[in-house]
Amino acid sequence: MSRTPSTRQQERIAYRRGRAVRSVLLAAASTAVVGTVLTVGITGAPGWERVKESFFDPETAVEYLPEILQGLWLNVKLLVICATLAMVLGLLIAVLRTLRGPVFFPVRAMATTYTYSLRGLPLIIVIYLFAFGIPGLRLQGTPDVLWLGAAAITVTYGAYLAEVFRAGIESVHPSQIAAARSLGLSYRQAMRHVVLPQAVRRVAPPLLNDTVALQKDVGLISLAGPVDAIRAAQIGVAQSADFTPYVVAGVLFVLLALPLIAVTDWVTLRAARRQNAGS
Amino acid sequence: MLLAIDKVRKVFGDHVILDDLSLDVAEHEVVALIGASGSGKSTLLRCVNLLTEVDDGTIHLDGEEITDPRADPDLVRRRIGLVFQSYNLFPHMTVLENIMLAPVRVHRRSSDQARAQAMQWLDRVGLAEKAGAYPDRLSGGQQQRAAIVRALVNSPRLLLLDEVTSALDPELVGEVLTMIRELKSDGMTMVLATHEMGFAKQVADRVAFLDGGRVLEQGPPEQVLGDPVEPRTRQFLARIIEAGRL
Repeated sequence: MSRTPSTRQQERIAYRRGRAVRSVLLAAASTAVVGTVLTVGITGAPGWERVKESFFDPETAVEYLPEILQGLWLNVKLLVICATLAMVLGLLIAVLRTLRGPVFFPVRAMATTYTYSLRGLPLIIVIYLFAFGIPGLRLQGTPDVLWLGAAAITVTYGAYLAEVFRAGIESVHPSQIAAARSLGLSYRQAMRHVVLPQAVRRVAPPLLNDTVALQKDVGLISLAGPVDAIRAAQIGVAQSADFTPYVVAGVLFVLLALPLIAVTDWVTLRAARRQNAGS
Repeated sequence: MLLAIDKVRKVFGDHVILDDLSLDVAEHEVVALIGASGSGKSTLLRCVNLLTEVDDGTIHLDGEEITDPRADPDLVRRRIGLVFQSYNLFPHMTVLENIMLAPVRVHRRSSDQARAQAMQWLDRVGLAEKAGAYPDRLSGGQQQRAAIVRALVNSPRLLLLDEVTSALDPELVGEVLTMIRELKSDGMTMVLATHEMGFAKQVADRVAFLDGGRVLEQGPPEQVLGDPVEPRTRQFLARIIEAGRL
């Protein structure tokens, strides 16, 4: 069922269309100008030829790509394991911090101390402490440095995620708990069936964002010794006396992050839309 | 007496909300609590449901003291249904899941049994086709009826209704009131805080006027609403009539 819009409406449509075309043209022009300035500025720099050789050498890149890729596979495995464990740990700590009652005081105090100290402590130091300190104790059955490094990453990110989960738990309105308790649900049941499902949904975007950060921080495990993508690149740099392997590793990390970033954006958008659509 | 409230006191800071308030409710009786905002109606209902702790006095349910700190509040709440002004449905669950939560998790019924019972209720209140919908797809009146069903599937001895129509658009109030009227004819014992004087008159066996944290006057609706003894009650009703609510 189409009806012809009034002349006034037709004028409005024409005006808006004109503005839209103008915007596109302006954007194209400004992009062209900025791109030209950057290209001329960088390639025209006096040291550009040398930088090109030692950072963007195609031969070196091809030579070390297989090793770096192999190392990257370790990063991917670490990411999956550390992200999963850090989420479980974070959720557990967040729930422990909400417990009320004098019996739980030590638990609360420990959970609070943990989130305060591990968020302040640089990850590099935690990795050193775990990977070199714990084997130094010479205990029987000390796991491999790889596992110790993974544990260091997990406890550090667990502290951040605990705070994200806690914010989510606190954002659920007290009336929801009142409604759950009025039905006879215990505190634990109210938490599990009513509060946590809502809290986790609400903090999904920041959680995923922290996972993106974790994605690149798993590379710090190279400090402890395991040959991941960064370590492999470092070896390549030492052998070829050329920085190109680092650039290769960097590009691979970005490519690895892209799907995760895309998912994060999508979830954030969906959450925002739901918020607007909701009552 | 099914519910016996005796000299209950509740203080927030130095604000006395309930001042030695006493009120009895017999089985199958419907008591309407009226009074200005802040007169303690909601606080009283929350105290009966043990969501708020009393500062003095006792509350007995079926002869058992529920304000005894040794009483298990979860067990007490299973016998008392509470419906809120703002519905408080769980937004991440469908209407059916909202209603099935307590029967399955609290009363340990099988989910088939709980579903059948829930659907029977939803059918009865005309919400059967909304069973799979999330609360934000329902109108206020539908949400409130679903919230009442959620309280009813626990088979409570006593149903507390806290201003259940106050958040509703005027044209949606009727459907909720019809449902409460039907519950009354089923013999459900109810205590309802309300601003709907006309409805209190129709459905309540007794009206209690709360003022200054006490029951200032109570009796049959015709008497309390039509010919009140206390000057404060007259004043309150005069303001209500002025606002066109009676």
